[in-house]
Amino acid sequence: MDIDYSLLPLLAIMIPLVAAGAILGLRRNAFLRDTISLAAAVTQFLVVISLAPTVLAGTTIEVTLFTILPGIDFAFRADALAMVFATIASLLWIAAAVYSVGYMRSLEEHAQTRFFVCFAISLSAAVGGAFAANLFTLVIFYEVLSLITYPLVYHHEDEESWHGSRRYMVYLMGASKTFLLAALAMTYQFAGTLDFKPGGLFNDTTLSDGLLIGIYFCYLAGFAKAAIMPFHAWLPAAMVAPTPVSALLHAVAVVKMGVFCVLRVIFDVMGPRLMHSLDLDIATAYLVSFTIVMASVYALTRDDLKARLAYSTVSQLSYIVLGAALLSPSGIVGGVAHIPAHALSKITLFFCAGSIYCASRRRKISDMAGIGRRLPWTMAAFFVGSLGMIGVPPSGGFISKWYLVLGAVEAQSIVFLVVLLVSAVLNAAYFLPVSYTAFFVREKDNQNMEVAADDIREIPLVTVPLVVTAVFSLAMGVYPDYFLALARGVVP
Amino acid sequence: MSDLPLLSIVIFLPIAGIPVILGLKSDAAIKWATLAILTADFLLATSLVFAFDASTATMQFAESVVWIRALGISYAVGVDGISVLFVFLTSLLGWICVVASWTAIDTKIKTFMINLLVMQTFMLGVFCALDLFLFYVFWEAMLIPMYVIIGVWGGDNRVYAAFKFFLYTLAGSLLFLVGVVVLYFEGGRSFDILVLMERDFPFHIQAWVFLAFFVAFAVKVPMVPVHTWLPDAHVQAPTAGSIILAGVLLKMGAYGFLRFSLPMLPDAAQYFAPFVIALSAVAIVYGGFLALAQEDLKKLIAYSSVSHMGFVTLGLFTFKSNGLNGAVLQMFNHGITTGALFLFVGLIYERTHTRQIAEYGGLMKVVPVYTLFLGLFSLASMAVPGTNGFVGELLVLSGAFATGKATGAIAIVGAMLSAAYMLRLIRRVGLGPLIHDKTRSLWEINGREMSAALPLAIFVIWVGFYPAPFLDILGPSLDHLLGQVLGP
Repeated sequence: MDIDYSLLPLLAIMIPLVAAGAILGLRRNAFLRDTISLAAAVTQFLVVISLAPTVLAGTTIEVTLFTILPGIDFAFRADALAMVFATIASLLWIAAAVYSVGYMRSLEEHAQTRFFVCFAISLSAAVGGAFAANLFTLVIFYEVLSLITYPLVYHHEDEESWHGSRRYMVYLMGASKTFLLAALAMTYQFAGTLDFKPGGLFNDTTLSDGLLIGIYFCYLAGFAKAAIMPFHAWLPAAMVAPTPVSALLHAVAVVKMGVFCVLRVIFDVMGPRLMHSLDLDIATAYLVSFTIVMASVYALTRDDLKARLAYSTVSQLSYIVLGAALLSPSGIVGGVAHIPAHALSKITLFFCAGSIYCASRRRKISDMAGIGRRLPWTMAAFFVGSLGMIGVPPSGGFISKWYLVLGAVEAQSIVFLVVLLVSAVLNAAYFLPVSYTAFFVREKDNQNMEVAADDIREIPLVTVPLVVTAVFSLAMGVYPDYFLALARGVVP
Repeated sequence: MSDLPLLSIVIFLPIAGIPVILGLKSDAAIKWATLAILTADFLLATSLVFAFDASTATMQFAESVVWIRALGISYAVGVDGISVLFVFLTSLLGWICVVASWTAIDTKIKTFMINLLVMQTFMLGVFCALDLFLFYVFWEAMLIPMYVIIGVWGGDNRVYAAFKFFLYTLAGSLLFLVGVVVLYFEGGRSFDILVLMERDFPFHIQAWVFLAFFVAFAVKVPMVPVHTWLPDAHVQAPTAGSIILAGVLLKMGAYGFLRFSLPMLPDAAQYFAPFVIALSAVAIVYGGFLALAQEDLKKLIAYSSVSHMGFVTLGLFTFKSNGLNGAVLQMFNHGITTGALFLFVGLIYERTHTRQIAEYGGLMKVVPVYTLFLGLFSLASMAVPGTNGFVGELLVLSGAFATGKATGAIAIVGAMLSAAYMLRLIRRVGLGPLIHDKTRSLWEINGREMSAALPLAIFVIWVGFYPAPFLDILGPSLDHLLGQVLGP
C-alpha cells in the first residue's frame, strides 16, 4: 500500500476550530457569524474531498505530529473508511449550517453563538476522529465530541433537557470510562501499541481466547455512541436538543463516530481473521440483529416524531455493524455504504421533523394529519427520506441494503437475511404511516394547537436544505460510485 | 558545570529570604517580596530541569559536606529524574500559593508568608536529600509550618484538624525513625542513601523495616485506612495549605516508597506487593464512593485524592515499566490538577463563604471563565483523553492489567467513579439555575487569579497531549529503579 504525506487532514480538522473562534469573535453580528459557519463547512468539505482522488487510487495519506508514548503517536491517516465518514460529515455540515440558521432564527432561540461554536467544534472532532491513525488519537476526538455536544443537548436549559443531558453524559462517559479505558489499557499492555494496523494488532501475541473476547466486548460496550443495545438509551434522551443537532450530530456525526470506531476495531484492531477464529463475527452479528429488530419495534410504538426517528437510528446503525461483522466482501461494502446512505436519508427526515416543528410547533405524529398540504416540500422530502430508510430503489438505502443482503447470502446465513427483510418491513410500518397521515388524513379542526392550520407555511431557509439532502439521498442511489469505490477499499 | 551549588541555592533560597520579609512593614510589600523570592526559586528550579541530563539515572547537581562526622552524617543533596520533577512541581506550586493567599489571608500576613517560605525549603529538602538523616530532619521539620498554617489560618475547627494531622503523621514518622536506625546499623553505619541502596539486607530485616516505613508512608499518601486526617486537614486548611497538602505533601509518601522501600528493600517490597496492591484497590474504590457522597466541595476533592493516590501506589507496586511510569506521572498530574482544583474552590469560597455544592448552580451564567477553568480541571481529574490524567491513568491501568485482570477491573471501577463525582460536581456547580443569591453577584476571576490558573491549565493540556518530555526525564531513573527491585 502506498503512503503519501500531507497536512491536509490536519487542515480539515483545524478549519472548524478557527471558525469557532471567529464565530465567538463576531457574536455581535448575527449575519457575519452565521456566514462563517457556512464558509467553514464549505471549506472543510473541499479540503476533505481534495483527498479523495489520492485515496481512491489506493494511497493512504498520513501525517504524524509527535510521539505521545512509546507505540502511540499523535497522528492522522486518511484511508477509505476515514474518507467515507469525513466526506459525509463535512458534506452534510453545509446543509446543516444553512438549516440551523433558519431553524434557530425562526424559533428565536437563545444562546445562538454558543450553539454555533459548539456545532463547529463538533465537526472538527468528527473529522478528527475520522482521520485518527490510532486509538489514542481517536479516543481524544471521541471524548471531545461527547463533551462539546453536551451544551447542545442541554441547549434549552429546562427540566427536560437537564435530565436528557444527564442521561446522555452518564451513558457516554460511563461506558467510555469503564469499558473503553479497560480495553485501551489492555490493548496497550498486551499489544504494545495503539496504532491501527490492517489485519489487527493481536496476531503476534499469545493471549488467551477469553482475554481477547473480553477486550473486544469492552470495545463494543465502550464505544456507546454506536448505540448497540443495551447501550442505546442515550440516543432517545439526546432528542431534547434542537433539531439541527439531532439531525447532523445525533443522526450523522456522533452516532457514525461510534459505528466508525467499532468498524476500526473490527478491521484494524482485532482483525478479521481473529474475529472469525474466535466466532466474534457471529456473536456481534446476533447482538446487532437483536438491536435492529428491537429498536424497530420500539420505533413503531413512538408517537413523538423525533423519538421514532431516534429509535430508527438505533436500528439502522446496527445495519452498518452487521455488514462489517458478516466479514464477507459484499457485507462490508454494504455496511460501509450504509454510513452515507443512512446519513443522507436520516438527516432529511430530521430536517423535516424540525421544519414541521418550526412551522407548526407540532411534534406528535398524530397531530400531523393533513399537514402535507400545508408543507408539501417538507412532507415530500420526508417521503423520499422514508424510501431511503426502507431501501426502495432508486434511493441510496437500496444500494447499501442490496449489498447487505448479498453479504448475508455470501455468508450463507438465513438468519441475517431474514433479519434484514423483516426489518425492512418494520421500517415501512413505522415510516409510511407518517406520510399517510400527512397527505391522506383529513386535517383536524383542533383549536388547541399552538399554531392554527391556516398559519402553517414553509420556511425557506429550513426547507431548501432538506430538499437538497432529499435529492442527494436519491442521487446516491443513482450514482453510488464514489461511496461504493471507497467501501470496496475497506474490504481487506 | 559550574561550581555554584545550584541545588542548595534552590533549597535554601526561600528561607534565606526571611530576613528581608522580617524587615518589611507594609502588607503589600511582604506579599510582593514573598512572591519575588518564590518566583526566583521557581525560575532556578526550571533552569535545573533544563540543565538536567535526562540520559542517565545518576544523581545530578550532587553536593556533599560532612555534617556530623562521628555518626557519618553528611549534608548530601542531589536529584535524579524522579526528584527533579518534584522539585519543579514544588517550586511551581510555591508561588501559586502566594498568589492564592493574596487576599484570602488577611491576618498575620507576615507570619503566614514566613511559614510558606520555611515550608518550601523543607519540602524541597525532602526531595533532594541523599542522606537518610538529612531526609528525616526535613521530613519532620515540614510538619511544623504545616501545623501552624492549618492551626492559625484555618477554618472554624482548625485546631482539631491541625492536631489530628500532626498526630497521624508524627506517629508514622516515629516508626520511620526506627526503620532508619535499623538500616543505619545493619547497613554498616551509614546514612548515605546511595550506599544503602547497594546493601543487600537479609529478608527478615527488610520485612520489618518495610512495615515500619510502610506505616509512615501510608499515612502520608494517605492509604486507606489511615486516610481520615486528610479530609479534616483539607477542609480546615486555608487555600494555600490545601494546595501544598494535595500538591506536595501527599507526594511525599509515594516518594518515600520510590526512594526507600523499593530500592533498599526490594525483596520485602515484592513480598508485600499483593498486600499493598489490595489496599490501593480498596482506596481507589472506597475513596471514589466517599467522594461521590460529599456535599462539601473541599471534602469531595480530598476524597478524590484518596482514590487518585490509590492509583499511584497501585502503579508503583505493579513493578511494571508502564505502571511505574504511570504512577510517577500521575503523582505529578495529581499535584497540578488537585492543586488547581483547591485553588479554584478557594477562589469561589473567598467570594461566597460557602463550600456546599447545593448552594451553587448556574455559575456558567455569571462567571463563565471561572467555570470553564474549573471544568477543565475537573475533566483532568476524571482523566478525560487529552488531559494529563488520562495518560497517567492509562499507563497505571495497563500495568495493573499486566499484574492481574482482577486488579485492573477493580481499578476501572475507580476510574468510572471519578467520572461520576467529577461530572456531578461540574454539573451541579456550573450548570442549572442560579440557586443562591450570593452567587448572583459573583465577580469573574481577575488577572492575578488568572496568572495562577493559566500555568496549571497549560500543564494539564501539555501532559495530556505531549507527555514525552516528562517521561523522558523519568525514564532512565525509573528503569534503574526497576532494575534495583527486580534484580539483574
